[in-house]
This record gives sequence, structure tokens and C-alpha cells, in this order.
Amino acid sequence: MTIALLTDIHSNREALSACLAHAQDRGADQYILLGDYVGYGADPGWVMDTVMDLVDRGAIALRGNHDEAAGGTDDPRLNDDARLCIDWTRRRLTPAQGAFLRGLPFTAQDGSCLFVHANGWDPQGFEYILGPMQAARNMQVVRARITFCGHMHEPMLYHMGLTQRCEVFAPIPGTPIPLSAARRWLALPGSVGQPRDGNPAACYATFDEITNLLTFWRVPYDHESAARKVRAAGLPERYALQLLHGA
Amino acid sequence: MAPESDSAAAAGAAADPGADTPAGSPASPAPVSPYALEQGQRVDGFLLHERLHRGGMAALWDVTRDDVPIPAIMKIPLLGDDPTAIVGFEVEQMILPLLHGPHVPRWIGAGGFESLPYIVMEMLQGESLRGHLERVPLPADEVADLGARVAEALHDLHQQQVIHHDIKPSNIMFRQDGTAVLIDFGLARHDRLPDLLAEQFRLPMGTGPYISPEQVLHNRSDSRSDLFALGVILYYLATGERPFGAPTSVRGLRRRLYEEPVPPRARRADFPPWLQEVILRCLEVDPERRYATAALLAFDLTHPDAVVLTARAQAARRPPAWRRWQRSLRRMIRQPTVRSTTQQLNRAPIVVAALDLSQDWEALSDALRTAAGNVLLSAPEARLACVSVLKTNRMGMDTPVDESGAHRHVQRLVQLQHWARPLALPSGRVTFHVLESPDPAAALLDYANGNQVGHIVIGSRGSSSLKRYLGSVSTQVVAQASCSVTVVKVPAAERAARA
Repeated sequence: MTIALLTDIHSNREALSACLAHAQDRGADQYILLGDYVGYGADPGWVMDTVMDLVDRGAIALRGNHDEAAGGTDDPRLNDDARLCIDWTRRRLTPAQGAFLRGLPFTAQDGSCLFVHANGWDPQGFEYILGPMQAARNMQVVRARITFCGHMHEPMLYHMGLTQRCEVFAPIPGTPIPLSAARRWLALPGSVGQPRDGNPAACYATFDEITNLLTFWRVPYDHESAARKVRAAGLPERYALQLLHGA
Repeated sequence: MAPESDSAAAAGAAADPGADTPAGSPASPAPVSPYALEQGQRVDGFLLHERLHRGGMAALWDVTRDDVPIPAIMKIPLLGDDPTAIVGFEVEQMILPLLHGPHVPRWIGAGGFESLPYIVMEMLQGESLRGHLERVPLPADEVADLGARVAEALHDLHQQQVIHHDIKPSNIMFRQDGTAVLIDFGLARHDRLPDLLAEQFRLPMGTGPYISPEQVLHNRSDSRSDLFALGVILYYLATGERPFGAPTSVRGLRRRLYEEPVPPRARRADFPPWLQEVILRCLEVDPERRYATAALLAFDLTHPDAVVLTARAQAARRPPAWRRWQRSLRRMIRQPTVRSTTQQLNRAPIVVAALDLSQDWEALSDALRTAAGNVLLSAPEARLACVSVLKTNRMGMDTPVDESGAHRHVQRLVQLQHWARPLALPSGRVTFHVLESPDPAAALLDYANGNQVGHIVIGSRGSSSLKRYLGSVSTQVVAQASCSVTVVKVPAAERAARA
């Protein structure tokens, strides 16, 4: 069973289509979406339809902070530009899409894996995994052996062995990493629709539950079109630039 | 301390003795004690035949399973409470399945930590390098031969982006055909995977006599650490003494950061200067002053005449104490270079320029030199081997080299040197080789494979109908080489102008 883990799509149709096609080519047979389907980008409608269709066909979708805001709950932590995007998005969502966002769960568990948007110690609080400190906190609290989180847009892998020290590893795209059963892991696949590590290519990951192999991917996509659409929609320029430069 | 014993694998320390299994490990099968295993028992289908060994770290069993066609051993760690031992076993379980080729034991399977952790791998039929230690000091040619074979194995491992970090005689085996095999990957590091041993273990990880200065300083990302360890082995094989003793304390390990080894010629006046040059270069405190790759080390060990002798070769005594600051200074003034193993290998390939010096080759000669020069520009530590094949008569293989044959050989060498002169390479970066064979392509390929060549630059003279029928040398080399090949042609316009 190969799971495709996609997160922080942020209304980016071009990036999501490219990642879904890439995952299909690699034999993904389960899709887990870690939240933040909307915000920043210009295609909330198409992205929501695609996510809802995936869920109809068995995918698991979790709730992110942008989804919560777009669904109606005000999030005081969003900055003015992000809030502007959320207001713009709200006006474009159908009632069904809004209801879907409001009904999303915060976490899902499957065997030894926990899936959550931001962190495992307080899924509804949306605190960030900024480094080994927060990663260690997650691994000390969460009972599952492997946690998958979104929210942070940069791909990263944290691990903790018997010495209880948390180590960080910057994954190399396309290299399968065996997740040793003697160790706890926290994997951040990175953002599909808003990469922020200086590389505009979309991020996602696949995980094979049988072989315990986790692979991070970078998928080049037509980010210039996506940026053009952000501008055409009148959304803040910085979100177009972020797509162009990946930062 | 018995420095060559298996139990010396890690000088690493227990970190948090209170740490135990993390909360929430999935429901698991009942654990099996590695001490309770008996002959005739089955573990995941593997039938246990005979316990071959039980050391401090692991037990080895001779095992079979119907679907495994080769002799196999099961390595079962005796983990106790030592976190480094547990992490070391995790590392081996992670890295060994990714390795391939004749220089590592073939991976067969593994058992998880839930019940009984184990690794099943190919049983090696040959001998260990450890057996040779009883006969030290060995003659120089035997030391060079053993060293070259180990260096070849190391280069193969480094090409797979793995640093061993525990090269010592008990971790080196030889197959019956003489091929060196590296075993025990418990301290290894893979460039593209998390370094599970990067956790802040208090003590340096390695084996006392062999550990490199940078490992002592907790730097685990330099493939040249393995060349230092091999240098210690060569020193020991050649002199019967260990260059840095067999320290067990961190203080003792740190001495190699500032103390030069006693030159082998101080122990044996008749010690060959070229071998001293090679060994002392491996033992440099600054990795930048060692060989850049194991392939370059193997090249020198198999071509003693090509070793460029420096002050290292002649030293007949250890530098006086007041000069020891030089060694520690070398370590301190240079920030450790951070390069992946692949980057390190790409900086220093052995580049073969294959030169056919027979008729009408002048046009190609310039183009080949330009191409070779460009390859060298992009790889600052590359070494150029200029190779030419004297075509011999297939039937006359066993006739002794007559005077004219010897003359042709020398003539070719002179031509090779003449060709390379405009490149203005220092003597350590270029060598010249005339091969004799009825089949030039096969000779070049043998040479390239035997010397871990990283790049071949070869000319192609365009296509005659005869060549299309027989296949040109360059076509055969491109098809069969295991490294990159640049094929150089003379542009048609230039060819016409010269005609």
C-alpha cells in the first residue's frame, strides 16, 4: 500500500494536478491530505472539487488553519494579506464546499501512523514544528510511531532513537528512506502549492506501509501560470512572487 | 584492550541509561532472547544449524532457508542496554540492503526489533585480513597488493555514497578469488539518508587504533576517514607497529591530532620510499592532504613507479617535538570541508585519455587534448592517465619482446609525454601507460575497470565502411565502459581544411 501525502495545496491547481499525476505514476493507492486546501492561490473552486472527489473515492482529508478560516471560523493569527485571501476565497466557495471544510476532522490514525495538519500535541492549536524542540515535544506526546504533519512548508524529517534526542534531516528528493521500527519519526512532506525553500517545484511524499520506505518528492509544474492567475485575480503580489521564486 | 576484537566496534558511550522503549510502540510479538536460540530452531523460516561465533556484540549462526540458494549467516546482536550498539544495528539494517556488488556481503533479510532483531546475509567463504596480522611485517609488494584490493573495495563503497567509518582488519574479508569484502556497517553513514549516529554520543565512534582525526572530532561526513584507517592498516602490515598505538581513552585518541607517526624508514632503513610516501599520505591529519579518493590510492599502490616522492618519502625520523605544532596547525587552520561523498569523488576522478598514435592522428590530437583539458578543469584533483595501445599480433603473443618491440614501446611513451606537455600538468597529476594487446578496445576497458577510472576521453575518426562493419574502438568502449566516456571528433570543416 503506497500512501501519497499531500499538504498545503493553497488553491494551486497547477501544482496539485502535477503532484496527483506524479503520485499516480508511482502507484499511489491511498491519498492522505493534511489540510490547507485554500488560501493564497487563485483556484479554490477547482482544488476543493478535486479534494472532495478524492475523499469520495476513499482519501482522507484533514483540517488546516486556512480551511478553518475559509469555512467561517475567524483566525486572529492570519496576517492582513492572508486574511484578504481568505475573504476572497470565501466569496468563491459553494455552500457545499464551505460545509465540507467545516466538517473536516483534525487528525486521523492508521496503524502506527498519526496524520495531523500542524502538530500532534494540540491539533486544534496550529502551533508550528519550527525545529527539533517542537518535533521532540510531538514525539514525546504522540503514541504513534510516525507522525505526518503539514503547516510547515519546507520538507523535513525528524527522528528520535532510544537516547530520546531529536535529530533533524533535510530529505533528498527521490531517495527512499527506511523508517526504522526502533525509532520515532516526524515527517513534514512540504507544501504542494506554496513551496518556500527557494525551489518553486511542488513538494509531496509517498510512504509504503509494508516496506516502511518514505520518499520525499519535488515535482516541477507550471508555476508561472499559477503566479499569473494570482495576479489576474487581484490577490496580493507577494503570493505570486512566492510561487515564482519558491520563497 | 584487544584492538582487533569485534567488541571494539564502538568507543561510543552509553548516553541515557534510563531510556527505554518509546511509549506507544505498536503491539508486538513476544520478544525472543538471542541467548535462548538452539540448533534446529527456525526463525522466520531460517533454520539454525550451528552457532559460528558469539562475541561481545553479536552471535553468528549458520542458517538455511529453501528459497535462499547461497550459504548464509544470521547475525543476531546482543544488544543489552548500550544505545550505541542498538543504533549501530539499526544503521546496519538500514544501509546493508542498499549496497550491492562484490565488495559487500549480499543482503538476504532482516528481523524487526519487535521480536528478534537480526540480519541474514551471504556467508563469505574466504579469509579475514586479520589472519595476515600474525605474519607482520609483510614484504612491501604484499602490503601494496592487499592495500590495493581494500582500496578498490572502498572506492566501490564510496561510489555507493557510503562511508564505512570502522575500517580495520577484522572488518575486511577476502573472497576466494582475492576480492576484498567490507563487513560490519554499524558505524556507516549514507550520504542520502539520516545519520542515526549523529546523535550527540559523548565519545568518538570508531576503533582506537584506526579512527581518523576528524572522527575523533565528531565529523562523520568525510570519505577520506576510511583512507586514514586503511593507512593505519598498511602501516601495521608493513612495520608490525601501530602508528598511533591502541588508545582507549579520548585523550589517547586525540594524540593523533598533533603527533606525527614515526616514519616506517625510521623502523626499517630498507623500507621502500614510495610505500612510505603512500602510507604517510594516508595518515595526514588534514583530509585535504590525503589521497582524494580510494581509487587514487589504489592507483599508486599498483603503480609504484608513478608515485611522486615528496619529503614524506625520505623522512627517517619523527619530526622533533617542537615541530608538532605544524600538524595541529594543519588541522586548525582549515575548516572541515563539507562535501558529499559523490562531490568528493567527482573532484578527483582518474581520467583516461585514450590515444591512438598511429597514422593521420594529428587533427584528432589537438581536439583530444582540448577535451581532456576541459574535463580536468572541472575536476580540480583529477588525475590524467594517458593510455595508448600497441596492437600486437594475435598469433605472436608469446614471442619475447624484440629490440624493435621495445623500441616501439619507448617511442609510444615519448609520444604520449609530448602530447600531454601543453596541458602543463604537475608530475603528480599525469601518468603514461603503453598497453600491448591484439584488441585495443578490450585492453582499454580492462585498464579502465582495473583502475576505477571515472572518465574516458577517446577519439573517433569518423566512419569508413570497414569501421561500420567491424565496429570502431570508440564504439566498443562507449558500449562496454562502466564510467562516462567522451567521444571526440574533428569537425568536418577542419578535417577538410587539413586534407
